[in-house]
Amino acid sequence: MLKYSLKRIGYMLIVCFVVITITFFLVHLIPGDPILAMASEVPEDVRVVYMAKYGFDQPLYIQYFKFMGQLFSGNLGDSLRYPGRSVAEIIKSCAPISAQIGGISLAIGFIAGVVLGIFAAMNLNRWQDRTIMILSLIGTTLPVFVIATLVQYFLSVFWPIFPTTGWGGAEYLVLPVICMLVDPLATYARYMRSSVLDVIGQDYILTAEAKGASNFRIITRHILRNAFIPCLTMLVTSISGIVAGSFIIETVFSIPGLGRYLISAINDRDYSMVLGINVVITSFYILTVLLADILISAVDPRIRLADNKGRGKA
Amino acid sequence: MENEFYSDDFRIIGCEEESGEAIGRAPINYWQNGWLRFKKNKVALVSSILLGLIIAMTIIGPMISGYKMDIAALTTRNKWPSAAHWFGTDQLGRDIFTRVCVGGRVSLLIGFLGAVIVVVLGSLYGGIAAYFGGRVDTVMMRIVEILKSVPHMLVVIMISIVLNSRSIPTLLLAMTITGWCSTAQLVRSQMLQISREEYVMAARIMRVPPLTIVLKHLIPNSLSVIIVNFTFRIPGFIFGEAFLSYVGLGVQSPNTSWGALAAAASSTVLFYPYQIFFPTLMIALTMLCFTLLGDGLRDALDPKLWR
Amino acid sequence: MAVLLDVKNLSVSFRTMHGEVKAVRDVSFELHEGENLAIVGESGCGKTVTSKAILRLHDRSGGIVSEGSEILFEGKNIVRMSRKEIGEIRGNGISMIFQDSMTSLNPTMVIGKQIAENILIHKKTGKGESLSQAKKLLELVNVPDAAERMNQYPHQLSGGLRQRVMIAMAIACNPKILIADEPTTALDVTVQAQILELLSDLQKQFGMSVILVTHDFGVVANFADRIQVMYAGSIVERGKKEEIFSDPKHPYTWALLKSIPGRHQGHKGELYSIRGTPPDLLLPLEHCPFSPRCEYCMPICKKRRPEEKYMTETHGIACWLTHEKAPRVDNPLKIGGEARAR
Repeated sequence: MLKYSLKRIGYMLIVCFVVITITFFLVHLIPGDPILAMASEVPEDVRVVYMAKYGFDQPLYIQYFKFMGQLFSGNLGDSLRYPGRSVAEIIKSCAPISAQIGGISLAIGFIAGVVLGIFAAMNLNRWQDRTIMILSLIGTTLPVFVIATLVQYFLSVFWPIFPTTGWGGAEYLVLPVICMLVDPLATYARYMRSSVLDVIGQDYILTAEAKGASNFRIITRHILRNAFIPCLTMLVTSISGIVAGSFIIETVFSIPGLGRYLISAINDRDYSMVLGINVVITSFYILTVLLADILISAVDPRIRLADNKGRGKA
Repeated sequence: MENEFYSDDFRIIGCEEESGEAIGRAPINYWQNGWLRFKKNKVALVSSILLGLIIAMTIIGPMISGYKMDIAALTTRNKWPSAAHWFGTDQLGRDIFTRVCVGGRVSLLIGFLGAVIVVVLGSLYGGIAAYFGGRVDTVMMRIVEILKSVPHMLVVIMISIVLNSRSIPTLLLAMTITGWCSTAQLVRSQMLQISREEYVMAARIMRVPPLTIVLKHLIPNSLSVIIVNFTFRIPGFIFGEAFLSYVGLGVQSPNTSWGALAAAASSTVLFYPYQIFFPTLMIALTMLCFTLLGDGLRDALDPKLWR
Repeated sequence: MAVLLDVKNLSVSFRTMHGEVKAVRDVSFELHEGENLAIVGESGCGKTVTSKAILRLHDRSGGIVSEGSEILFEGKNIVRMSRKEIGEIRGNGISMIFQDSMTSLNPTMVIGKQIAENILIHKKTGKGESLSQAKKLLELVNVPDAAERMNQYPHQLSGGLRQRVMIAMAIACNPKILIADEPTTALDVTVQAQILELLSDLQKQFGMSVILVTHDFGVVANFADRIQVMYAGSIVERGKKEEIFSDPKHPYTWALLKSIPGRHQGHKGELYSIRGTPPDLLLPLEHCPFSPRCEYCMPICKKRRPEEKYMTETHGIACWLTHEKAPRVDNPLKIGGEARAR
């Protein structure tokens, strides 16, 4: 188990390095002069000074080594758009906001989705099942910005219960979370249902029945754990979806999170911001993939064994 | 009772050569069986008909509406749906029905082409990895894992910025550049699974050439998985395009798409909700149909689900 | 010997998209205390469906037990029992071993817990107590290093060991009847013998009755007291082991016995095989179901279904050849003087 985890961590560091390198060169491929993008009427001499200040006048590979060197000390450079503020500082202030919304949405969506999925499977083809399945189908068919627009319209304008936009207390959290949890909720409800149905058809459920186990026991001891494992592997995909959703949700609700900063940094050609946010999001994403991997191997004995024997063939 | 028995009935005639071997039900092949099952699935059938209607609408809609998609008319701005304008008009007085139809062409085109690209690329890549196996497989799959370790939308956004163009090919490139990875993994694991089956072993022992094994066993048996994956991928691209349109990286005027229409109308939803309703409805319907169609195809084509 | 299980007019069918498959058709039989009964037949003949029906394991898979069916266990009808009542019998009064031990064990639960679960459900013992009993059971079925095995997962054991675990699980509550559905089919020949020996030992030790479901007459010869041959959902011949092996009457039994390798191979050393395939169970089968494949088929066989006729008190045959008007046909196995019960 420990060996497995260490191997995964080493692998993760390599992936991080590769991805950051690719991102660095991609960002610097973005056409357009970053200084001109911010203010079109900049005198040439001022432009040269600024280019030198941010190191844009140096060859790309020197910029790269400089960037990587700074990265190890946690320095992501200075923002072009907000002079005087370092990228790391801005990220530090807005990352927790995104993490809060994303984390809460994913947690609620995952747990509620799994519970609904089990409930639907247990009431297969009855009205409870059909209602859950139809609602979750609809949930997956609406683009997130439409959901956000609708939620904003009904729960904030039509019935002014929650604030329309902005960030502050808990009441600002409700609407974004509602919008964000629709997708994981619907996904897991559908996925868990089919996973439970799949497990119910397995021979070992028949064995448990032949033992005289009650329905409750069969569900809690035999079905849930086995049906749950495939759902864990879906977590990675959901996190990717949450990240994408946050770009939109934070823009719609004017929340000062990573997503909105990224979108505005892109429009402002704020190289160092784009790069910094990219690095942070990607590293975070790779970390969660790693955690999900370790979590799955802790729950599924078959994977643990495969590792002991060497994963060459897996 | 005894009278009913005639001695003639008791003479040995033996078994007929043919009847013993007769098979009760007429044999049907895999695709026929799949089609039979698919036909029985009302939901999937209705979905495919509805999809056909949507596609037909995007093709002939602009001809029957009598409006051009980009003719602005200041006198008919923001009109609610009526006999003259079935879906109403937008801020510039353009007929929304026509625009939804034309936008649908772009959305569906991106959906289909995107899915074709990722499925073809992914199947080839996954197939090659599974076929060669060993170190080649390990290296190829590690590359896929690295490509997949960046959140998909982040890649899409970066690529569309770098390419600095909003044309359909650019959008497709941005969305497919890492999009094929999951299909590659799926096809690889499916092919590996099949190549471990006894019938492939048997073919190997009988010295069937590798290419024939690929053509006769691996591809036909992975085909159902690939087809189902294709169906599920289409809505993903329609969604992705809508997402990009909202962020401002989607197709640009004068061209439009369902996503672009919905995104443009989302700012005026308070006053003209119908403007966002129709494009969203089309997106939702298309998504719904492809999802249900995919479900139906999976049920129909997976022999493990047959009883 | 007292009758322990009395199956009367059992019919089980399944709804499929092609129509209703009648897998078991009006089967009746008894099982006595301490007896070994073997149900023999080709795959698809309804032997597994019959055995599962005894524990009502078709509830979930959509099997329909028809109206008139009765399965009396200790005088109570299992078909009409509530979920709770049948739950008390399963694994306790009657338990079952399945064919594929790999898929029949929960992959994410250690085997010790899986065995202990049976005890936990039926006996009022604590967790620790049932676990230590599970360990004793593992030792009883000759699993080496029982203490260590307790904490292993099914995929870490060999096929033979897994089947021993299945047996330990099945006998955990001293059941009166043990149903073994093809318990050795998935195993190596050498392991097969060990498992059968173990079953036989345990049967004597605990005084259980065993219903052995198999397609293999070789397995039956060493194990069973009584044999029932099934074809297309019905019993075509039944009798004591000696009666079936030394004096079989049904052409299907002849054919099955003839196809055992090594026993009745012809002069050229060829293996005998029965021509054709079993009938489609979607059909009503108003005639003798075996008639299309029978070498001794008569016109009457294609018109009406034969009634079961008893030669002795225990030996019953459902075949028109036993009718008085039928020509006398000798057991083809006897002609060469080869047929003898082992």
